[in-house]
Amino acid sequence: MSEKEILLDVRDLCTVFQVGKRKTVTAVNGISFQVGAGEILGLVGESGCGKSVTSLSVMQLLKNTSGRVVSGQILLKGKDLLHCTEKEMRAVRGKEISMIFQEPMSSLNPSMRIEAQMVEAIRLHTDMDKKAARDHALTMMRKVGIANPETTIRSYPHQLSGGMSQRVMIAMAMSCDPTVLIADEPTTALDVTIQAQILQLMRQIRDNNNTGILLITHDLGVVAEMCSRVIVMYAGRIVEEAPVQELFAAPKHPYTQGLIASVPKLGSGVTSLPSIPGSVPDLSMMPAGCKFAPRCSKACDRCHQTEPPLYRLKDGRQSRCWLAESEAVQPAEEKEEQIG
Amino acid sequence: MTPLLSVKNVTKTFPAGRGKNGKKARVHAVNNISFDIYPGETFSVVGESGCGKSTTGRLVDHLLVPDSGEIWFDGCDISKLSDKEMRPIRKDIQMIFQDPNGSLNPRMRVEDLVAEPLLIHTDMSPAERMKVAHELLQVVGLGAKHAHRFPHEFSGGQRQRIGIARALTVRPKLIIADEPVSSLDVSIQAQVLNLMQQLQRDYELTYMFISHDLSVVEMISDRIAVMYLGSIVELADKKELYAHPRHPYTKALLSAVPIPDPTVQKDHALLEGDIPSTIDLPVGCPFQTRCPRCQADCKLKPIEPVDVGGGHMVACLHMEE
Amino acid sequence: MSENNNSVNSASSAYMDDPVLQNRSRAREFFKKFCQRKTAVVAGCFIILLIVLAIIGPSIAPYDPDVYDYSNMRAAPSLQHLMGTDEFGRDVFSRLLAGTRLSLGSALAAVLVGAALGTILGILAGYYGGILESLVMRGSDVLFAMPDILLCIAIVAIIGPGLINVIIAVTVFTIPSFARVMRSATLTVRGSLHVEVARSLGCPDSRILWKHIFPGTVQAMIVNFTMRIGSAILAASSLSFLGFGADVGAPEWGAMLSSGRNFIGVADHLILFPGLLIFLTVLAFNLFGDGLRDTLDPKIK
Repeated sequence: MSEKEILLDVRDLCTVFQVGKRKTVTAVNGISFQVGAGEILGLVGESGCGKSVTSLSVMQLLKNTSGRVVSGQILLKGKDLLHCTEKEMRAVRGKEISMIFQEPMSSLNPSMRIEAQMVEAIRLHTDMDKKAARDHALTMMRKVGIANPETTIRSYPHQLSGGMSQRVMIAMAMSCDPTVLIADEPTTALDVTIQAQILQLMRQIRDNNNTGILLITHDLGVVAEMCSRVIVMYAGRIVEEAPVQELFAAPKHPYTQGLIASVPKLGSGVTSLPSIPGSVPDLSMMPAGCKFAPRCSKACDRCHQTEPPLYRLKDGRQSRCWLAESEAVQPAEEKEEQIG
Repeated sequence: MTPLLSVKNVTKTFPAGRGKNGKKARVHAVNNISFDIYPGETFSVVGESGCGKSTTGRLVDHLLVPDSGEIWFDGCDISKLSDKEMRPIRKDIQMIFQDPNGSLNPRMRVEDLVAEPLLIHTDMSPAERMKVAHELLQVVGLGAKHAHRFPHEFSGGQRQRIGIARALTVRPKLIIADEPVSSLDVSIQAQVLNLMQQLQRDYELTYMFISHDLSVVEMISDRIAVMYLGSIVELADKKELYAHPRHPYTKALLSAVPIPDPTVQKDHALLEGDIPSTIDLPVGCPFQTRCPRCQADCKLKPIEPVDVGGGHMVACLHMEE
Repeated sequence: MSENNNSVNSASSAYMDDPVLQNRSRAREFFKKFCQRKTAVVAGCFIILLIVLAIIGPSIAPYDPDVYDYSNMRAAPSLQHLMGTDEFGRDVFSRLLAGTRLSLGSALAAVLVGAALGTILGILAGYYGGILESLVMRGSDVLFAMPDILLCIAIVAIIGPGLINVIIAVTVFTIPSFARVMRSATLTVRGSLHVEVARSLGCPDSRILWKHIFPGTVQAMIVNFTMRIGSAILAASSLSFLGFGADVGAPEWGAMLSSGRNFIGVADHLILFPGLLIFLTVLAFNLFGDGLRDTLDPKIK
């Protein structure tokens, strides 16, 4: 990881949402991570853990919501996106950092042909004329495996299948050759056979363009197949970070352990699964201490009273659990100073 | 053993406006499918979106009426019954839905929701009904103290448990579970699946389990039918199906599932080709447009499923050995 | 069952103590949201005031609204007569107070009956469809094609003038609006999953309609109700103004406006105050309805 160029460096990101006149909830609380060139970083968590808010914060797409980033840094190749104006951000979005969403169908404008949408996206960031932009769009569509781009480009979004629209979305996202791609649950709405194709396509993009990909998903199977490093989020915090092999072989945090155990594995032949009791806490009524403690089988008094820091362990791993204290290389909080 | 449910050559189509040639087009949702469900087993129907698995569930529950074919439940052909004649039989067939959010009337209290089947099918007094409802809420892990709350105050997993409690109140013989865990988080999904298995043992239930998730299906089922574009392409015991899939589609489906274990290196047999529209289904095998083993004779006439031994049915002319 | 219960209970105790989200009272949440809409709140207060006046108005009126005082005809507003007196010397303020009951009452009665009939027709049309739906909807279209007031005049012309007949006329033109609104609301709710669930549970139609569909359409009905009261008041007053409604001598707002119009330029307060009151009342009901609609369902605008 250290020898690779770090493309996206998010430090201590906090995002809050306004829920009442004076009340706010913290959806993302002190998240730090790096995405290197040619790396696929997985961001895993259940619904409401703040993984999508993280991606929207990075893209600065919270403007029309009640959310805002209150602290932290988002460095894209050394440039802090949080200090960019909306105009500067528009130049960055799509050109240097692109995003694909969960619902390919609703991410495309239903009243415009694919052609118009792709040409518009390309011309925003390049000085190609219409003809050149259209040719470029066709090239991109061929690259993402659309068999007959000439017909596809003339269609409206509703005429395309889910897998096809996601390909179009990826072609559009990749058309200006961004250095970082954020994929927010890109295959959740798709069938497994289509999902396999799209995942394959994303791996190809990573190999060919050396793109850094932040893959946000709830599906541990997708993570295991795609990612080199994984961050596990729970209740707006990072609870564990590890290289993918180590994470699945020996998860450190009890939440990760429970999560991995509760996923049925195809071909394992098991007929019952261990499950994590309880449910994710509501953002507005977080427990004191460790946020996972109420559901944790290993929780002790200390866990219910004080929230553990994110301990830095060896092999670039991190875990937010008191049980990891003994293995800690140094508390993760000191990492900041080390880098700075 | 006599089957509890027997679906025989059932076909269902829906009107779909006008087709390309100006004639009235129809969506072929379910095409001539047959299967049996035996008492006490979990029979799963898997397939991708649009394969007709949910339509099959609704046909069995008599929410839809088949165009042709018969559905025998407990010795009675329910496919020809009117809504009114069906009503007493509904006591024995209950359904659990995918979206626990939408399936609970937001304006009714949880106890009333759970007790509703009793109100319809029994002549219990209100107090007796509440007693049963509270007991069942307890059984699914919710506790009677939540009984007077409204559905929106519960989380997704808790709502699904309310749905399960409601299905159980009248002690049905068959429970149709249509994607009961698809909208739930992984950790909650395991809770609900475990609960369903527990209840199956305690109440001697028969499940018809509809899902797109092959890993979940493997965990909960006894026998599995794989559907593609309205047809059952393969039907077998769980072990047999996962160990020796014979239909090329089943094989492709299984190999496409991502395994949550980075040490397993999988070579995905990626499918090529387009999925045909359910309005103009191809003649012959529905999988012909994407099948790596497709030959000329696959496109001539509908493929009849054949038994390759031990009740393992495969609808393929050039199946894998 | 009893031995089952024990084992099941122990197995499920793992999620026994799930925290359930805090008890959010829908009514309180609604009230809080509604209070953020200042105009609607003001309108609501005004409506409450009107209703109170309709109940206690005659008893707090400073003068008898029907007593003639020929020594004090068409007197301008003064401390004795806050809004002046009319051509027979009756106190305008007292008459307006007394008329609140008449005007508001007739509008309310008309809309109530119209809403009930329209709602039943609309829900049945939406749920059963078919010929019933065609009949109800085409019937509504026909009534809708005519301007409200023309329709009322036509009805009153057929059945004769009088306050009761005005109420009947307003009822008739209220029905189609409710039938339409309730039909579309029913169609929306009928398509929702929990109604399909009710069918799968084996609910008879009557229970589905009453227990599962009707509560989901109430919001639409309430909103439409408040909106229609405004136009009903306007229509009833217009009819009275045109002489089709209440007795000329009755303290109905429209009738007062009608008799006052002979004195435009001579005693402007005779039309100013009734006119203003009608205007404010209709405005209040419309603003209140807008506020309700925006709070209950921000999607429809």
